[in-house]
Amino acid sequence: MKSLEELRAIREKAREQMTLRKEDGPQSTRVIVGMATCGIAAGARPVLAAAVEQVSRRKLENVSVTQTGCIGVCRLEPIVEVLAPGEEKVTYVKMTPEMMEKVIAEHIVNNRVVKEYTIGAEEPGPAAN
Amino acid sequence: MDFVRSHILVCGGTGCTASKSPLLIEEFGKQLKAAGLEREVMVIQTGCFGLCELGPVVVVYPEGAFYSRITPADVETIVSEHILKGRIVARLLYHETVSHDSVNSLNDTNFYKKQLRIALRNCGVINPENIDEYIAMDGYQALAKALTEQTPDEVIQIMIDSGLRGRGGAGFPTGRKWQYAKSYKGDQKYVLCNADEGDPGAFMDRSILEGDPHSVIEAMIIAGYAIGASQGYIYVRAEYPIAVQRLEKAIGQAREYGLLGQNIFGTGFGFDLSIRLGAGAFVCGEETALIASIEGCRGEPRPRPPFPAERGLFGRPTMNNNVETYANIPWILINGTEAFAAIGTENSKGTKVFALGGKIVNTGLVEVPMGTTLREVIEEIGGGCPGGKKFKAAQTGGPSGGCIPAEHIDKPIDYESLSAIGSMMGSGGLIVMDEDNCMVDMARYFLDFTVDESCGKCTPCRIGTRRLHQMLDKFTEGRATLEDIDMMEELCAHISKNSLCALGQTASNPVLSTLRYFRDEYEAHVRDRKCPARVCKSLLQYLIIDKCRGCTACKRVCPTDAISGEVKKLHVIDQEKCVKCGACMETCKFAAIIKE
Repeated sequence: MKSLEELRAIREKAREQMTLRKEDGPQSTRVIVGMATCGIAAGARPVLAAAVEQVSRRKLENVSVTQTGCIGVCRLEPIVEVLAPGEEKVTYVKMTPEMMEKVIAEHIVNNRVVKEYTIGAEEPGPAAN
Repeated sequence: MDFVRSHILVCGGTGCTASKSPLLIEEFGKQLKAAGLEREVMVIQTGCFGLCELGPVVVVYPEGAFYSRITPADVETIVSEHILKGRIVARLLYHETVSHDSVNSLNDTNFYKKQLRIALRNCGVINPENIDEYIAMDGYQALAKALTEQTPDEVIQIMIDSGLRGRGGAGFPTGRKWQYAKSYKGDQKYVLCNADEGDPGAFMDRSILEGDPHSVIEAMIIAGYAIGASQGYIYVRAEYPIAVQRLEKAIGQAREYGLLGQNIFGTGFGFDLSIRLGAGAFVCGEETALIASIEGCRGEPRPRPPFPAERGLFGRPTMNNNVETYANIPWILINGTEAFAAIGTENSKGTKVFALGGKIVNTGLVEVPMGTTLREVIEEIGGGCPGGKKFKAAQTGGPSGGCIPAEHIDKPIDYESLSAIGSMMGSGGLIVMDEDNCMVDMARYFLDFTVDESCGKCTPCRIGTRRLHQMLDKFTEGRATLEDIDMMEELCAHISKNSLCALGQTASNPVLSTLRYFRDEYEAHVRDRKCPARVCKSLLQYLIIDKCRGCTACKRVCPTDAISGEVKKLHVIDQEKCVKCGACMETCKFAAIIKE
């Protein structure tokens, strides 16, 4: 180690890999991907991978990507829920990795819900959200 | 492994390793591979989480799910349910983290709530075999700061201002020790780390070395800079294979990064470290004996002065600190003396790590602010005595320390308050005893240890402890007289006053403190020929009472054929033949066998 910069660079890099291990604070946003048999069959795995990739590429702090079981509307899988502190839960349906990228960019980063992907847009009417 | 979405932390401390945690890591690897998840989930071996009672421990992030007592068979369930489908396996979670189907943070459990982790800050958080993870937790920042921004005197001043005291037992102010070591000139100076943790039931230093070896290495380099030493030795017992292996790895990594060696951070300062293995002699925890052992001589103490600061290893100025003391130092340099001095009591700053053992529910490792009461440690964090038994006393400081009886359970723990009640802080072993423990037998147990470990160099210790042990034997065998109590006190005073080193000087503490608080128990052994806790075998007998149904189970299990009786008739124990092993009592289904 010849310089402080070198140490700092190692620290920043290693820190990124360890953000997963932080306890979720009350201010953290959770991206939850449905990963039951139905979800996986419908292609939830690449969606989850896209979410994790985007969060780590953009170095988003306070955002965790987790998974959950079957929500019940298997025909709308892959389903992704976004839980931001102090906001209502948003449910995205029939997701693809590309759509996931957009949700991260728009919803998580810019705080604009991508309305056209939500369950309300997919199923308008009394059954909606 | 670019886009890892989950980390599985598996405890690799000695406790969990003994309960087969390496098998779990292997099994996780297999199961993850079978599920095609090996690229998105990382399995990491960490140091001790502290809750050894519940080992092996597995924590899955980002959820922070704390799984306890995991077997290889559970691994498949965790992978297929939690990792693949995202359903946390509630039945495998530590029960205190589960409430109404929701998972609570580990930090809210009774065991962790009152803890404050400074020395153990990285244990169970990072992979101890990966220097990058230590650096991510601000590792080596303190060293960088010290070398590039502070003079050695400034570093020493910080140590003095922080109020840090040696965690090995005696509690000598660390800053002053550094000051002395700096004041002596020499062509070569040495920094030592005392990792010869030897008292029964203590495993604080082992856990730090296993869970966060770099924190000790970093602090030793800082110490070298402060006192002007370029070489350090870590003296660690060979019985700590995991600690030794991780230390070796850590030293190798630090060298690779240029954190050990010449010209660290381009400042021209150089420092290197080696490990010296001890063969497990308790006396080598005494610094002059430790130095002799590193030199390749027999591990025996020598009179001080000259103190090692003046003439130590190979006759050169030497400074020696304990593992836990070192582990605090990088934290202090980063967070400042005020942050450290704000924790603890007036004369005892910071935190202390304790190894909880004996009759306690949560056997394990805890770190609490100085001034925490014994009640908080034992009842709240430790979960009290198992089976609802009554707390009787706690032994701190191992064979050099004393017992703290239940009447002092609300005393805040710090250096002064413990010595005021005849005990000592010690290195941090905390052995809990309940109503079933005989205090005479306990004192005898520790004397047994000291007799074995006395190096034999000075007579008061070599012969005195043996005589004391023989006298205690008289009590437990019911041969003692009341005069023996006075004679024992006199002998204790002689041993303490005349022994060469701390081993002998403190050897009689367990006897003196049990005499102070439990004299009635000693007297009961003499006057009534009874052991009130029903431990001392010579003073009790097993009897069969009329609850006996004559099932013959006890008769069959008795190793000496001491039990006679016909089927469906009351059985009898022949006291001449009985060896008091207790096998009959354990076997009896009708509670018909009593001991008194």
